Amino acid sequence: MARIDTKTTSEIVAAHGAKPELLVQVLATIVKRFGWVPDDTIRQLASELNLSRADVHGVVEYYEDFRTAEPGKHIVKICQAEACQAMGSEKLTRYAEKSLAMSLHDTEKDITLEPVYCLGNCACSPAVMIDGKTFGRVDEKRFNEIIDHMRGSN
Amino acid sequence: MSRTKIYVPRETTAVSVGADEVALEIARVAKKTGTEIELIRNGSWGACWLEPLVEVDVDGTRIAYANVAADDVASLFESGLVTGGEHKRRLGPIMEIPYLIKQDRWTFWRCGLTNPLSLQDFEQHQGFKALQKAFADGPESVLKAVEDSGLRGRGGAGFPTGIKWRTVAKTQSEQKYIACNADEGDSGTFSDRMLMEGDPLGLIEGMAIAGFAVGASRGYIYLRSEYPLTHSILSRAIDTARGAGWLGENIDNSGFDFDIELHIGAGSYVCGEETAMLESLEGKRGIVRSKPPLPAHAGLFGKPTVVNNVVTLASVPNIVKLGAERYAGMGVKRSKGTLAFQLAGNIKRGGLVEKAFGITLRELIDDWGGGTASGRPVKAVQVGGPLGAYIPAEQLDVPMDYEAFVGIGAMIGHGGIVVFDDTVNMARQARFAMEFCAIESCGKCTPCRIGSTRGVEVIDKMIAGKDREENYDLLVELCDTMEGASLCAMGGMTPYPVRSVLNYFAEDFASSDEKQV
Repeated sequence: MARIDTKTTSEIVAAHGAKPELLVQVLATIVKRFGWVPDDTIRQLASELNLSRADVHGVVEYYEDFRTAEPGKHIVKICQAEACQAMGSEKLTRYAEKSLAMSLHDTEKDITLEPVYCLGNCACSPAVMIDGKTFGRVDEKRFNEIIDHMRGSN
Repeated sequence: MSRTKIYVPRETTAVSVGADEVALEIARVAKKTGTEIELIRNGSWGACWLEPLVEVDVDGTRIAYANVAADDVASLFESGLVTGGEHKRRLGPIMEIPYLIKQDRWTFWRCGLTNPLSLQDFEQHQGFKALQKAFADGPESVLKAVEDSGLRGRGGAGFPTGIKWRTVAKTQSEQKYIACNADEGDSGTFSDRMLMEGDPLGLIEGMAIAGFAVGASRGYIYLRSEYPLTHSILSRAIDTARGAGWLGENIDNSGFDFDIELHIGAGSYVCGEETAMLESLEGKRGIVRSKPPLPAHAGLFGKPTVVNNVVTLASVPNIVKLGAERYAGMGVKRSKGTLAFQLAGNIKRGGLVEKAFGITLRELIDDWGGGTASGRPVKAVQVGGPLGAYIPAEQLDVPMDYEAFVGIGAMIGHGGIVVFDDTVNMARQARFAMEFCAIESCGKCTPCRIGSTRGVEVIDKMIAGKDREENYDLLVELCDTMEGASLCAMGGMTPYPVRSVLNYFAEDFASSDEKQV
């Protein structure tokens, strides 16, 4: 993902009419495009939306999606919620950690591995999301396939 | 010769198991073989276990092929797919599948049937007829219909929708809002998503009717970020409706103005709580508000606001069009109409089943679901998401009825049904309930913020076999405190699953050491 710059930040703010009540939407747009919210961006948003830095910081800190560290090139989320638990998501998670040689919440090389609590794919559990695409009925074999495919698309 | 219509769902679950690849392959093989087809990306019928479910229109009858993989496509064409030819994947006419035809499809009747992004298809299937009827009959008539229907909030709390709408309608204000809660975070639930992906214009119509009934000119949809495909479909549907004049000023020359803004969430479960959602819609941290004031009096930006779940709003058009009596004629006692039950977790035939209230949990799990996917016995069923009780296998004959569930210390909630087989260790599920609350608590009230963390600690001690009886009492006391003193359902209902484990599966605390995954 490209690194966010001040010009793009200003454009995103402008596209939201520079309305402070759209802060969550502005941040969601930034994270969708750039993956995270750097400190400088928090400062800039505060100034351009006429909010205090504490206000913006508070919102960024509150929401899971608004990462404050740069993620890997690919974001792999494994559902940890009950429907997926019932179909072995814990075991799948341990397998994923082992095969990727990393733990949940880690960023290594090109991958950020995160837990997620429900992808709404509960009739085809366990579910995994890679770079915004949801996969269902993921067993170990299928996990390997979708990770290989992800790496192939580098 | 006209082009054969082939349907491949564009819906998260279908796509998650390969529907996009199947659609691409169908288009490729059709081109290669010179077969004239029209590929339609419909919504899902909700029979998730059959996905990807491909249908072919043969002289007006839609023939279904189940669990189709991209690899099957070439052989499907060779077997005469376009004429409904025999193949190992062939199921037969979609309208003969018992799983579907035995349902009471009131809210989801267009899902699967139509192309969700085609305005023409929507209008050919009664689209906006209810809104036009509302315009003709007037707001009072709509309010009365919703009241008489007995419709209750499908998000989980089950509050009577008519009372809510009436309150907002009576509250004087220059600006009022309709806020649609599409932050469907409960595990085991996906009905909001299926509706938005399969019939987004139906939701838009429901919101416009709500706006007309209560005098609101603006609507918001708060959609969770875990649903990117839904976001894409819904935003296109809103643009389509606006482009055709079904949103905007003076809709259909009625003099009524209404428009919808789509907001995206950011990964916070508690934002599904109505007041936290309003805070988030205002661009703030999703912290729960104290009630009163009720959102109906002072909601979004302090204005009177109808906050309703997706399925609630989407149930309204048929109530207006077909009449409150027909809706109220389904269901039992104070649970009128239908609920879209969602069969999830360890279940053979998972999916969405819209049925009138009164059906038992066992019928849903056995008759529709076909038992567990693993083939092992059912041990526990969590109904109503992470805040819902675990129901033991002996109690599955409970009817799906809001009050009957309250009677056994459980809740129907949003209708999610998560099945676990006998390999589950319930002590760990109790621990997870507390852990989830600790992760997702907004932090405003102490019982939820601190209680959940203490809960995890106490359960860990019990699992480890440390002062098990004393810690049992402590956990019960903690549940009392959280239940009685939390601001919202997050802390207030986390004790439900925990207590149900204590009541029905206490032996799992003793055996958890050896059964750990």
